[in-house]
Amino acid sequence: MATSLTWTGSKSSGPSFAASGALTESASLRWILIGTALVFLSVFLFLPLAVVFSSALERGIGAYLAGIRDPDALSAIRLTLLAAGIAVPLNMVFGVAAAWALGKFDFIGKSILISLIDLPFSVSPVVSGFIYVLMFGLQGLLGPWLIDHGIRIIFAVPGIILATIFVTFPFVARELLPTVQAQGNDEEEAAVSLGASGWQTFWHVTLPNARWALIYGVILCNARAMGEFGAVSVVSGHIRGLTNTMPLHIEVVYDDYQFVAAFAVASLLALLGLVTLAVKSLIEWQARRAAQIAQAGGGEP
Amino acid sequence: MAQRTRKEKFVARLISRRKALLAIAGSVAAFATRTGAASRVSILNVSYDPTRELYQGYNVAFGKYWKSKTGQDVTVEQSHNGSGAQARAVIDGLPADVVTLALAYDIDAIADKAKLLPENWQSRLPENSTPYTSTIVLLVRSGNPKGIKDWDDLVRPGVSVITPNPKTSGGARWNFLGAWAYALGRSGGSKQHAQEFVARLYKNVPVLDSGARGSTNTFVERGLGDVLIAWENEALLVTHNLGRGKFQIVVPSISILAEPPVTWVDKNVDRKGAKAVAEEYLKYLYSQEGQEICAQHFYRPRLQSVAAKYAWQFPEVKLVTVDKQFGGWRSAQQTFFADGGVFDEIYRPG
Repeated sequence: MATSLTWTGSKSSGPSFAASGALTESASLRWILIGTALVFLSVFLFLPLAVVFSSALERGIGAYLAGIRDPDALSAIRLTLLAAGIAVPLNMVFGVAAAWALGKFDFIGKSILISLIDLPFSVSPVVSGFIYVLMFGLQGLLGPWLIDHGIRIIFAVPGIILATIFVTFPFVARELLPTVQAQGNDEEEAAVSLGASGWQTFWHVTLPNARWALIYGVILCNARAMGEFGAVSVVSGHIRGLTNTMPLHIEVVYDDYQFVAAFAVASLLALLGLVTLAVKSLIEWQARRAAQIAQAGGGEP
Repeated sequence: MAQRTRKEKFVARLISRRKALLAIAGSVAAFATRTGAASRVSILNVSYDPTRELYQGYNVAFGKYWKSKTGQDVTVEQSHNGSGAQARAVIDGLPADVVTLALAYDIDAIADKAKLLPENWQSRLPENSTPYTSTIVLLVRSGNPKGIKDWDDLVRPGVSVITPNPKTSGGARWNFLGAWAYALGRSGGSKQHAQEFVARLYKNVPVLDSGARGSTNTFVERGLGDVLIAWENEALLVTHNLGRGKFQIVVPSISILAEPPVTWVDKNVDRKGAKAVAEEYLKYLYSQEGQEICAQHFYRPRLQSVAAKYAWQFPEVKLVTVDKQFGGWRSAQQTFFADGGVFDEIYRPG
């Protein structure tokens, strides 16, 4: 709370600095910088995005819909939703638990745990895929026994879900941790001293304080879960209509020379990205407004 | 009476519990074998890259044939990737019922490393288990702007050559052996000359895709390179359908007879109880209808009558075989493509 107040204060004194001229850049330089940023953005962001949609609609809306209604495409969409639907809630629970433990408590091995959480970020997704092949493959550690008992992990749906969970593991925890740490323990200590139990403190104090970071983490986690290619590609086996997720399906139909169908499914993934951005902006706006209301009417219960 | 009812109830409960267990097992292994009912059967065909269109067509025809023969509906699941990568996946447990790969060594590897089928698999079906053949040709842009006529034009400075990675792609290994056979023939059998020749050729390769289809896309869609070393079937697909009028085929003075073999994977079909359908699926490739479909997708058919009918689309090429020229695939793989082999010696990326 205190930090945001000082920050607003410095912002209100900002214009007087800018107006003095000695401390700002010349107008032409400013425009060059803005122009460079815009050109960069359009070449690397807007243009590719436009290409995806224009290629998808190249042969009209009929061909576009046919690409999405294809049974293999629908199965890929279902599998992607299933993998994200399992990976995101699991990582949400894990992320909250990890951020709470790391942000509020001190214990032996804390720094090791933090490094472990970051592991999926630092390991290449392809390598994480191969970890599962080495574990559950026919030549792997557990694979022969599992396959003999009719349980298939890799080259099947469970492996795809496992790989998705692994690569999206750090998102929620990483988003939450700074917020939880910044809040300190004062409010929790107050709650406990007023007689709240551990659970009550967690539900009514810790979690509400971190809710925006949590939602943001979940959105990022979901975007990655749906878009993951490398790790999933290694454990998929690329069986059409069975073990292809949306990104894998896009590659398969592109290699089938069905470019419209490939871009149609790609446009769905791109749309998902845009929706993610919109939701994120909405949440940030909500969070800012909530903070402003809290500031303005601090006395109101 | 009462006793019997009790017994029946007990059995019913047992069955329903079994059903529940089965349902759980099913959801754990969500990729179930789908063989449950006898009126439906499904097999997985793990294949290499450029057979996508061939098996799309053939699976429909086989489905009709099998239905009329046995009354059973058959679903053929497909997986395509570089041939070497697919063999690796089957070794690691991809439950292929039949493998239709680019070259015999990749199936040998499955027999050697995972023991999923007997070593003598190649003698189980006619024609070395190869129902269709192909060869390696050169695909250039329309008008042949770089004047490519034969293999030795590929080592000229300034000619950019597209070919996939022999470590993962079967077609790439045929490409490599085709170039090698040409250089051997030109120098009167000097291995040193052949090695220098392919080393110069691969200096002209800007990018190695993992599979033949990736290379075709690099050449056709992304417009990279002056010449694509390609499967004849892949090159014909491009000139007939995809890039009509934009590309042309150059037939080299000598090339290699590419024999992509097929077989069923014993351990996997036995586990699933799908041996009969898997075997018939491959045998039907040799039938009149199967051979016609192969030819329509630009694979050279084995059956004389079909070969004669489609002779116009396949140019005459002088062909060497891997058995005569290189002593079979096991030896060729060991010499050229294994770790520390000739390819590792000559290829320096970048």
